Amino acid sequence: MGDARLMAEEIRIITAGFGEKDVRSIDGYIENAGGYAAMRKVFAPPVDPDALVKEIDESGLRGRGGAGFATGKKASFIPKGEQTRFLTCNADESEPGTFKDRQLMQYCPHRLVEGCILASYSIGASFAFIYIRGEYELQAETVEQAVREAYERGFLGENILGSRYSLELVVHRGAGAYICGEESALLDSLEGKRGNPRLKPPFPAIKGLYQGPTLINNVETLSNVPLIIERGAKWWRSFGTEKSPGTKVVSVSGNVQRPGNYEVELGVPARDIIEGLAGGVAPGRRVKFWHPGGSSSPVLLEEHLDLPFDYESMARAGSMLGTASVIVADDTVEVVPYAKRLAQFYRHESCGKCVPCREGTNWTVKMLERIENGDATPMDLDIMGEVQQNIEGNCLCVLGDSMAMPVRSLLKHFREDFAEVMEAGRFSADELASEPAGEGSVDVRIGEGGRLVAPGTPTGA
Amino acid sequence: MSTGWDQPVDLWKEPAEIPDPAEVDVPAELRAQIEDYMRRYPDYHSAAIPALMAAQKHYGWCSDEAIKQVAAVMQVTPAYLSSVATFYDMLRTKPVGSRYVYVCTSVACHLRQAADVYAAIEEAAEMIGLEDVEIRESECLGACDMAPMASVDGRYVGPLEREDASGLVLAVKEGREVLPGRGLGDPGYKLPWGTRA
Repeated sequence: MGDARLMAEEIRIITAGFGEKDVRSIDGYIENAGGYAAMRKVFAPPVDPDALVKEIDESGLRGRGGAGFATGKKASFIPKGEQTRFLTCNADESEPGTFKDRQLMQYCPHRLVEGCILASYSIGASFAFIYIRGEYELQAETVEQAVREAYERGFLGENILGSRYSLELVVHRGAGAYICGEESALLDSLEGKRGNPRLKPPFPAIKGLYQGPTLINNVETLSNVPLIIERGAKWWRSFGTEKSPGTKVVSVSGNVQRPGNYEVELGVPARDIIEGLAGGVAPGRRVKFWHPGGSSSPVLLEEHLDLPFDYESMARAGSMLGTASVIVADDTVEVVPYAKRLAQFYRHESCGKCVPCREGTNWTVKMLERIENGDATPMDLDIMGEVQQNIEGNCLCVLGDSMAMPVRSLLKHFREDFAEVMEAGRFSADELASEPAGEGSVDVRIGEGGRLVAPGTPTGA
Repeated sequence: MSTGWDQPVDLWKEPAEIPDPAEVDVPAELRAQIEDYMRRYPDYHSAAIPALMAAQKHYGWCSDEAIKQVAAVMQVTPAYLSSVATFYDMLRTKPVGSRYVYVCTSVACHLRQAADVYAAIEEAAEMIGLEDVEIRESECLGACDMAPMASVDGRYVGPLEREDASGLVLAVKEGREVLPGRGLGDPGYKLPWGTRA
């Protein structure tokens, strides 16, 4: 804004045609988006599955579900041999601020189906599952319809396109649990159990679904696969940076003027996404803080807006790219209620298996309530920080960390805000306590330093 | 929140065993649906969630009787199924309503005053006397571009304002489409600022 530099624009590759042309139906996908060309290239005549893994590996594609692990490398961990292997697509998108997979499935379900076919073929899987969150009714119906169409054309089922390769693809709907986006919890849920994360190792690549080798990939990751297979790793690498190649669908939400999904090259300045594409905060307001990768990424400040939006730069700044879901909070946002709402999410979604997460998320919410109500003492801010540190790295999965990291970052950057709310709350609590005690109430006061004063102690003691 | 682990248990009660299929009447349609789900997976246990969802659709919630019927068809213990039903937010283990309005008040919607919208909807529901509908605050529904938003029986509507509350509740009560044209997937639906949703 105000500078002469041109803002980066959207590069529509994976989102090409969305809202403009029909890329949803099978014919629309084939005609308007060059759909199933990659699959035809692979099956007629059949190429070596390892060549697919190699191509993906060379493209440098990194998992789009949050962890950013190299996709080709992950596929190469799947052992060969006689066992039944599985592909599972993680479509349980539930991280607050993230809504890219929803749009990808809604507009172009066949690209995901094609990605599932290619990924399954590359690891020799005979079953593939798309685990989609239960709340996504429209998207589940859309993907189910796409799967039916693919079966009708012989793209799924026995002997795909006359080859010797057969694949069954099942769309599985979840029933409302954020934890099922964690890959091992997803597997338990898909097996028909409570979605509790598993102890790792063994990793899903070795022992996953039904104890068989399982490759788990995110919707956006799999949707990129047909494009890379069709146009080549080199083409893909022409976008983005050396270590963060390709384009990324960025979900922007919160206090911006145009929330939405925007596909950009990785490495463009974050400002171009937040202020350029998403319209920035309302006139006269400023960015107070922003999450670069969903609510579980530590917050960054206005001074970080000119950093390149990629995996490395976000990590260097002390946060993470995660799902690349930018949540922007402007200067009208009160930090304490915000932190509380964020912590409440993780408290609600904790599966309860590991103590540090189950208790830590609960106590963090309670401490934030105490701060608001004026029941907290200055010491509590330190205790709250310590609680977060005791959660991090001490559980089977990272759900607890996902609360601990942003809460700790809010505490670090906005300690005064917390202290101010606490003091204001204590002031009104003091006023309440100094009122004459009514009949039947206990005569307890809050005295110097926030300590409780026993009944009968003279004022000023 | 996953529940079940914090509820009291009657230790004197004999644990329910796998029901004898000959002794449990299951509506033919429901039975066929559950059996269809069981055939889809390499291991039939995977059908637990879809089967419970189907039973919930039939009975409005996962009652003891509904769970017993699913257990009879799947040949698993009712305890196993209730362990599953109590874990997932969308499976109702209490008769709170056979339809739902989930109002998202999670992080991104919170920044756009979703709490006010939720309060207005709750108030309208009480005034209008909405029955058999589960209205509750929801965690992130994955539509932060539509914030603040709600899911009415799976149909996403938004962005919402306080003023939409009574119209929304009335439409739910009368079984009409809620906020026509403002639902995700409606023909021509776009966000007010022109971005594709």
